[in-house]
Amino acid sequence: MPVIIDYGVGNLFSLTSSFKFIGQDVTVTSDKQKIADADRLILPGVGAFSDAAKALKETGMYKVVIEEAKKGKPLLGICLGMQMLLTKSYEYGEHDGLNLIPGNVKPLAPVIGSDLKVPHIGWNSLQFPENKEKSKLYKYVEPGEHVYFVHSYYGADCAEYVSAYTEYGADITASVEFENVYGTQFHPEKSGKTGLSILKAFCEL
Amino acid sequence: MITKRIIPCLDVKNGRVVKGVNFAGLRDVNSPVELAEYYSNCGADELVFYDITASAEGRGLFTDILREVASKIFIPLTVGGAINSVEDFDRVLKCGADKVSVNSGAIRNPQIIEDAAKRYGDQCVVLSADVKRVDGVFRVFAKGGRENTGMEALDWIKRCVDLGAGEIVVNSMDTDGVKEGFDLELLEKVCNTVSVPVIASGGAGSMDDFVELFKKLPKVDAGLAASVFHFGEIKIADLKDKLAAEGINVRRI
Repeated sequence: MPVIIDYGVGNLFSLTSSFKFIGQDVTVTSDKQKIADADRLILPGVGAFSDAAKALKETGMYKVVIEEAKKGKPLLGICLGMQMLLTKSYEYGEHDGLNLIPGNVKPLAPVIGSDLKVPHIGWNSLQFPENKEKSKLYKYVEPGEHVYFVHSYYGADCAEYVSAYTEYGADITASVEFENVYGTQFHPEKSGKTGLSILKAFCEL
Repeated sequence: MITKRIIPCLDVKNGRVVKGVNFAGLRDVNSPVELAEYYSNCGADELVFYDITASAEGRGLFTDILREVASKIFIPLTVGGAINSVEDFDRVLKCGADKVSVNSGAIRNPQIIEDAAKRYGDQCVVLSADVKRVDGVFRVFAKGGRENTGMEALDWIKRCVDLGAGEIVVNSMDTDGVKEGFDLELLEKVCNTVSVPVIASGGAGSMDDFVELFKKLPKVDAGLAASVFHFGEIKIADLKDKLAAEGINVRRI
C-alpha cells in the first residue's frame, strides 16, 4: 500500500481523499516501519523549505526516505516535497535537500518577466521535453493539459531530470524524475481529473 | 501560459447554498455538495465557500459539508465567513480548504493576516474586501456590507497585502447583483496598487462581462460570480469556449 509520509507539515486531507477517490487505499503515517513496508511513498509539503527540511530531519524521516528511495521504491514528492528531493534550496538562506535528484531550488522572480506575479498561482499547462520519452507518470496525460500550481520557488539546474515543464515567463520545471524518484511542482490532488490520473499512474508504476 | 480562472462562489447557510441580491433577500438554491460536483465537472477552476451561518450549530454543519466537498472535488477550495482567528484557519484547513478568506475578522484584527500568513504561507491567506463608493470615495464595508468602516479601500487592501495577504477578492457592492458588468474602475485601481492576484467579484450578468473584464484589465487573474452560475444563466463550459474564442487563455476540460 502507498504511504503518505506525515512529518507534521501541511494538510493531508485532500491528498488522502484523492487516493481514496481513485480506489487506492493509503496510509498516512510517521511510523518508520510502515514507511519501510510501503510499496511506494508520497512526500507532501507546503510552507517554507527550511521548516519542512527541519521537520523531516527532526522526525527522523529524512534518513528513512533516502534509504527507501535508494532501494528503488517509487517515491513521489509533491510541491515542496518535490523541491526537497533536490540538492539545495536557496529559499531564505541555503538549505540542504534530500539530494535524490541533482538540482537546486531557486526563486522564480529573477527568471520570469517583471509583469508576472509571484507566487505563480493557478492552472498552467504541461509540456513534455521533446528529446525524451514521456514519463510513465503522464501515461494518461496529453501535452497541454492543465494542472494547479502554487509556488514562489522552482527546481533549477536540473534540466536533465525535467519530465515536464510549464511556461510562465520562462520554461519552469513542472516535474522531475530520476529512476524511481518522481516529483511534481504542481498539486495533482488539486488538478481535477488530470491530477487524479497522475496519481493513478504513480500507483501503477 | 497561466489561465484566467473562473470561480463560482457558494454562500452557505445551515448547510444550503444561498445567494443574496445586494446582500438581501436570501433564497435557497441547491445543495453545496451537488453544486460543487457539478461545477467541478463543468470546468470551474476553483470554488469559494462563504459560511454565512451565525450559530455554532450551523458552523458544525458547514465544516461537515466542507469535508464532504473536499473528499469529492479535487480543485482548489477557498473558504470564508466567520474567520476571526488563526484557529478558524486551522479548523477549515483541516476539513480540506486550500485557502482561507478573511473579511470582517481582519477589519477587527488585521494581525490575523500576518499570523496566518506566517503559519500557512501567503498563498493561503485571501483578503476579501466589500467596497462601495461613498461620496465619491471607495470605502471598505464590514459585516456582510452592513457597516461602513470609513477606511479607504485601496489603503486597506495595500495594508493587508503588506501584512501577507496572497490574493485579493474585490467585491464591488455597487455592481453586485446588478448584473451589468464588473466594477472595472475599482478593479483597475486595485490592480495598480498591489502585485498579488486579484479576483473580480460583483456584477457579472453575461458572458460578455467576463470577456470585457479580462480584455480591459489583463492584470485581473480571475472572475468570481454566484447567481449567474447557480441559476444556469451562464454555463461555465460555454463561458470558457467564449473566452477562448476571444483569445483569452482558459483551461477547458
